[in-house]
Amino acid sequence: MDVPILKQGPYLIATIQSALTDADLLRLRDTIVQDVGVHRAKGVILDVTALDVMDSFATDTLRGIAHMTRLRGAKTVIVGIQPDVAYAMAHMGLKLEGIFAALDLEEGLAYLDQPLEAGRGR
Amino acid sequence: MSITQIKSETKSPSESTAQLLRELVGHLRQHRTQLREEWLRRIFEARLLTAMSRDEIFAEATSVYDSYVEALETRTLEALQAYAQKLSERIIPRGVETNEVVGIVLLLRDVLARSLFSKYPGDAGMLSDVLDAYEPAANSIAITVAVGFVRERERVIREQQEALRELSTPVLQVRERLLILPIIGLIDPQRARQLTEQLLRGIRANRAKVVVIDITGVAAMDANVANHLVLTVESARLLGAMVIVTGLSPEIAQTLVNIGVDLGKMNTVGDLQGGIEEAERLLGYKVVPSPERAPS
Repeated sequence: MDVPILKQGPYLIATIQSALTDADLLRLRDTIVQDVGVHRAKGVILDVTALDVMDSFATDTLRGIAHMTRLRGAKTVIVGIQPDVAYAMAHMGLKLEGIFAALDLEEGLAYLDQPLEAGRGR
Repeated sequence: MSITQIKSETKSPSESTAQLLRELVGHLRQHRTQLREEWLRRIFEARLLTAMSRDEIFAEATSVYDSYVEALETRTLEALQAYAQKLSERIIPRGVETNEVVGIVLLLRDVLARSLFSKYPGDAGMLSDVLDAYEPAANSIAITVAVGFVRERERVIREQQEALRELSTPVLQVRERLLILPIIGLIDPQRARQLTEQLLRGIRANRAKVVVIDITGVAAMDANVANHLVLTVESARLLGAMVIVTGLSPEIAQTLVNIGVDLGKMNTVGDLQGGIEEAERLLGYKVVPSPERAPS
């Protein structure tokens, strides 16, 4: 299943609707990393509100997306991780180091709207 | 009617069992005092029911004995079940253990079985028949009492867990988007998990950005719980909230360093006041004394 990637001002928003296969995830990664350049996006929001499971491959891929987009000039923020998912991820040692996570889409947009330096150093 | 007569008559097995049990009950009633004394002696010898005084044990033993005989006589367990439950209600708060209750019931069973040996000396066939009738009944009595006790204990434990859950830590909002989670008392793994769940739900419900976890009231924690605390901080971050931990005791600080916590991820401030001030700063609040009502 393809993930729709919406353009919203200078940002790209990818809302993941259902559990993705590994191949879907890789395709999502390739598309986003490419689209960042095409649309000259300054930020990427990955919305995972609908996901009730996050395995190591998904975590890894999302981390990969964040790091790659940063290299291409866009900040990435992951929004909408469910409490249970967050706890399970922390418990399994699935870390999203160096990536900003926000409660929901609104928070994510607010974070991206801040100037670069103000990114609270997390 | 003597036992030998019953044997010679062709009766169905259950009827002869009933007859044997009646005979047995008569025997137990007749030697009540003596058997009860023997049983009590064995209880004291085995050092069971140490939480109770001699008089109490005597009173309980008497009623247990009578209920036991009654259960053998009526061959129904309902009355005994009810009695076992009441007994458990009385003795559980006294700190009586499961092994003690099972122990005394089994002792009674043994004492009574022994008395049968002396009642039918030299009549192995008869003895075996009586024991055939007695043993299943005695075993089901023992099981009934033990199950009653364990069930009662589980009920007490459930009640206590319930109470503990209610006592457990609240997640409080002190300002828009700022939560505090004061933790007091001992944290076991179960409570730690519950705390995390509550906190994560609280973050979502209140749209919190900063959470202050105050552990001034926690004297010490083991490595497991400390690890859990770190996981909680990490989980909260995944929900977009930043955690400030305040009030770490020297022991806890030592534990955290020993398990090798990445201090870059863990934000700690000395006390709750400092934590709240830091949180306010992060959220962009500024608290200034009001000029009209300056403290004198």
